[in-house]
Amino acid sequence: MSQVQDDRRYTRTHEWVKPLADGRLEIGITDHAQHALGDLVFVEVPEAGRTLAAGEACAVVESVKAASDVYSPIGGNVLEGNPLLAATPELINQDCYGGGWILRLQPTASTDLGTLLDPAAYTALLAAEGD
Amino acid sequence: MPFVPHTPEDVEAMLATIGAASIDELFDEIPPELMISALERVPVALNEMEIGRLMSERAKIDGLPLSFLGAGAYEHHIPAAVWALTTRGEFYSAYTPYQAEASQGTLQLIYEFQTMIASLTGMEVSNASLYEGGSAVAEAALMAARAHRRSKSMRVLVPTTVHPHYLKVAVATAGNQGMRFETVPYLRASGTIDHDALRGRGGEDITALVIQQPNFFGAFEDVDALTDWAHAQGMFVIAVVNPTSLAIIKPPGEWGARGADIVVGDGQPLGVPLSSGGPYFGFMTTRSEYVRSMPGRIVGRTVDLDGRPGFTLTLQAREQHIRRGKATSNICTNQGLLMTAATIYMSLLGPVGLAKVAEVSRQRTAELVAAATRIKGVRRAFNGLHFHEDVLLLDRPAGAVLARLAEQGIHGGFDLAEHHPELGPAILVCATETKTRADVARYVQSLGEAMRAARAA
Repeated sequence: MSQVQDDRRYTRTHEWVKPLADGRLEIGITDHAQHALGDLVFVEVPEAGRTLAAGEACAVVESVKAASDVYSPIGGNVLEGNPLLAATPELINQDCYGGGWILRLQPTASTDLGTLLDPAAYTALLAAEGD
Repeated sequence: MPFVPHTPEDVEAMLATIGAASIDELFDEIPPELMISALERVPVALNEMEIGRLMSERAKIDGLPLSFLGAGAYEHHIPAAVWALTTRGEFYSAYTPYQAEASQGTLQLIYEFQTMIASLTGMEVSNASLYEGGSAVAEAALMAARAHRRSKSMRVLVPTTVHPHYLKVAVATAGNQGMRFETVPYLRASGTIDHDALRGRGGEDITALVIQQPNFFGAFEDVDALTDWAHAQGMFVIAVVNPTSLAIIKPPGEWGARGADIVVGDGQPLGVPLSSGGPYFGFMTTRSEYVRSMPGRIVGRTVDLDGRPGFTLTLQAREQHIRRGKATSNICTNQGLLMTAATIYMSLLGPVGLAKVAEVSRQRTAELVAAATRIKGVRRAFNGLHFHEDVLLLDRPAGAVLARLAEQGIHGGFDLAEHHPELGPAILVCATETKTRADVARYVQSLGEAMRAARAA
């Protein structure tokens, strides 16, 4: 059973969003996603300054067997992509909810995290998908 | 093994398993208005005997002309071993096989090809070939737009010294994918890019500058200055090169301070016969940092579980069978057979042999131009050193002169009227190592006669 953390929200496409102290949001992929992809070999993170709409493809995660888009759960401006992933994409396999974050976002004013899945709903989704 | 190994029973069983009624149903996402119902203008099929006869008759019409045509396709001597080996059963397929790693020999050959092309162009990585020169330019432009993270414009500068067919193919291939191609004029005295006009484009968001070396006219661009200028403007540099020339001139990897970013070209000069225009193949090399944006297949060298060396398709996640619609390209290895011939050609000639081919070709064209310009009414269009083709200006209609040469069994040059009317009557001429001094003498004599016979413009 994949790990789900209580301090953040989730999407049906297996991204997570964690509010940081000053209103910024941190985004990454879930334990279920990293496990399904397998060993990551390359991550393309978005550039700072880029404006994202909710649901827009904002990063690419490539493993030995597949390459997938990561979709931004929330609209906003990209503050930074995780600079460590260029040299150490395996951070996502090792610590997907911590050091393996993919991007940080300044959300647009009207953002409501309440539309995303809470930990219980995401756990139920994983159960329904057979994880 | 038959090319399609599935029996009708296999097909039925597979369709039943996935719940589809027919193979056509698998394509139902294609809108009906885009489906072609019948290939009405394609004639009925001919059998092998009939097609053999038809092609022999057509070859007779072509005859065996003495060709001084260049303009993108070059007649070089091809050692007999090249195609004797290429057509061996082990190699004689256009494609990388499915279950590619089962065919270690094919993969090793592609790996050797990549190594040779990377070395020839002075770049770090090569793919397993593209279709031909023009679509290689289109792929390079699309790749530059993917790899260049700061430029959003998808605008590419293509000077008028780049092969006009390459520009046309690039517009047709990449134009509908949002790429915009803008021209830059050339200097009438030198036949090279007008640097002042180019500098006028500084400060704009432009994704890449294309530089052909030697250029369409056979002239040499100042590639160091152009590359450094483009990089200072934040543009990628796409080099378009003739692989034979690289045996004697500076490779694009060494242009300017940083070298070109993407290198493409037509590989036809490396062991592929002219064959009325194709099939040829294209090649592409780049820096390691851009390899994930590169189209096509890449073979890598690795070790197996027991530590023995082997070859494998690598970085496949960029490709269409995994990445689907977001793949870098739909390019595969359809030109595998031509790439095989090129690899064998390069290994038979070696760096010294290829340099000799390049040097003799350059020299032969220079001799032809020197002799031809002694004819009244024939002069060079541009100053300076040229590689294995040059532009001659005529004082009477080029079409009439070339027609008279054709009557003598000589393809006298490429008429520039369509692509460069500003030059007036002008032809692009080329002599390679396949032309002897006697051939050049025959050409010059026939050109003199044709000039006297054609009416002055």
